[in-house]
Amino acid sequence: MAGTRARVRIGGDLGFRLLTGGFAVLVIVIVIGIGFELWRQSQLSIQKFGFGFWATKTWDPVSGDFGALPFIWGTLYSSILALLISTPVALGIAIFLSELAPNWLKQPLGFLTELLAAIPSIVYGLWGIFVLVPWVRTLQLHMPALLKATPFFSGPPLGVGMLSAALILAVMVIPFSSSVAREVLKAVPVAQREAAYALGATQWEAIRAALFYARTGIIGAVMLGFGRALGETMAVTMLIGNNPQISWSLNAPQYTMAAVLANEFTEASDELYLHALIEIGLVLFIITLFVNVLSRLLIWSMARSMSPKARRVVAAPASEAA
Amino acid sequence: MTRDAQRRLLSLAVTSFCGLSVVIALVPLAMILFFVLSQGLGSLNLDFFTHMPLPVGEAGGGMANAIAGSLIVTGLGALFAIPVGLLAGIYAAEFAGSRLASAVRFAADTLNGVPSIVIGVFVYGLVVLPIKQFTAVAGGVALGIMMVPIIARTTEELLLLVPGGLREGALALGATRGRAIFTVVLPAAFPGIVTGIMLALARIAGETAPLLFTAFNNRFWSTRLDQPIATLTVQVYTYAISPYEDWHRQAWAGALVLVSLVLSCSVLARVATRRLERMQVGR
Repeated sequence: MAGTRARVRIGGDLGFRLLTGGFAVLVIVIVIGIGFELWRQSQLSIQKFGFGFWATKTWDPVSGDFGALPFIWGTLYSSILALLISTPVALGIAIFLSELAPNWLKQPLGFLTELLAAIPSIVYGLWGIFVLVPWVRTLQLHMPALLKATPFFSGPPLGVGMLSAALILAVMVIPFSSSVAREVLKAVPVAQREAAYALGATQWEAIRAALFYARTGIIGAVMLGFGRALGETMAVTMLIGNNPQISWSLNAPQYTMAAVLANEFTEASDELYLHALIEIGLVLFIITLFVNVLSRLLIWSMARSMSPKARRVVAAPASEAA
Repeated sequence: MTRDAQRRLLSLAVTSFCGLSVVIALVPLAMILFFVLSQGLGSLNLDFFTHMPLPVGEAGGGMANAIAGSLIVTGLGALFAIPVGLLAGIYAAEFAGSRLASAVRFAADTLNGVPSIVIGVFVYGLVVLPIKQFTAVAGGVALGIMMVPIIARTTEELLLLVPGGLREGALALGATRGRAIFTVVLPAAFPGIVTGIMLALARIAGETAPLLFTAFNNRFWSTRLDQPIATLTVQVYTYAISPYEDWHRQAWAGALVLVSLVLSCSVLARVATRRLERMQVGR
């Protein structure tokens, strides 16, 4: 009797472990499956163009000649510009909310900045088209001639283009970088700051010491924002101008990998065209995977000393505005 | 200026910039909310929820089909994602030390970072291409894949917050591990998990990119799962990039509905989370 009971118990435990473990494996299978399926569905393009796909400029669906370079360029350029704009602001927010703000302000301000992550991408795009783009056009019209002479502001003032896209991207990634950076800063031992103050440091010098202590996590936070910017689709598609050209000019309409997928996927008329588009998806997947894994490793190396709540925020930044 | 005064001035400058950066981030938030409210309120009426879209040139009409479609596709996504995310999260929490648990955590974080448009391409190859048909189910699968990592990680973290004594008590009374989880530990963490799922749903309901070539769009009333279906987000996109004034108004109304949905869920979730935290502190 006791023997059967024990066997039921062990059977029950094993069944529980297998059931939950099976679904756990499924999550891993999905991630691997995405890579495999994209690779499998882009075979025509991979075999025809090889690695040249990453490095050639032509995108000609009519003659069946495809290269992804302008899209890779547009994706990287817009994301890096967005980071240049957003990083100082995101770090400023993180420092203000973890070190400077009075306690009663911390929670509501943190909640408000994280609301930026809750607004759907399509709403950013809508606001961008009808509000931001006209403003950017006015700015471009009144730009001093000296600036216009530089390669960064050459070309007609269209409004849509790299500048509008980079600005909207910057706003969109701020909450991701700032919420992780904030938790990383919180994980810095108080003794660090106290030691700095004891040595006569000013507030900024103490913060700088904390920033230095948390540098791996901070870099991870910025890279996480970079990963978000790389894959952002709707708002960028609506603002960047959708013209596959490689240009340093912020006035120039350009194109990103995500945007070309959104625009041309349902119009792919022949198989090679479709496979070329799916290969762009594969390239985007590989680049974001690389950036994300790197940022996770950096953050995780800091996360060991964090509280469970901090780890939750770091694991799914801004997925809960709590 | 003495070196000391310089240092203090620099400190003041940097700390002021930090305060200013919060304002810099909140300005676009306020402006977006202002425009969505002012433009959306004027166009939002009962017709928006109950009428079908009208052809170009006819004023009025609504997005009844797209609202129904969004509910269906998001519901399908939840149907796929909740069991997977919940059970995978339970595994990650209960067998926290195992190698598979670390692998799941890593996979979930990775999946969370995969661009939504790439998930759309993946589901296109997996579901749409074999049957050569855009379907509501394909849209649901795409949204479901996006929800899985959020639900899994929320479940895991909340289960780990449940005091160990509860689990040990159940085990000491002779419950199997599965029984201890499903009848004691999970119910204790349940309110938090439901909050997390609600928030994931609200966020996912605002997604457009993964639906563009899975659920596609539909000009007609359709609730069939094996047919293309309209969704609020894709409809807002279609209207926003159209050249027609009247469609732009509809797009702003749609944006207002989306934003109110997401914001009210975020606020509710925050209230619920704070109550949970206070309960845990008070214990």
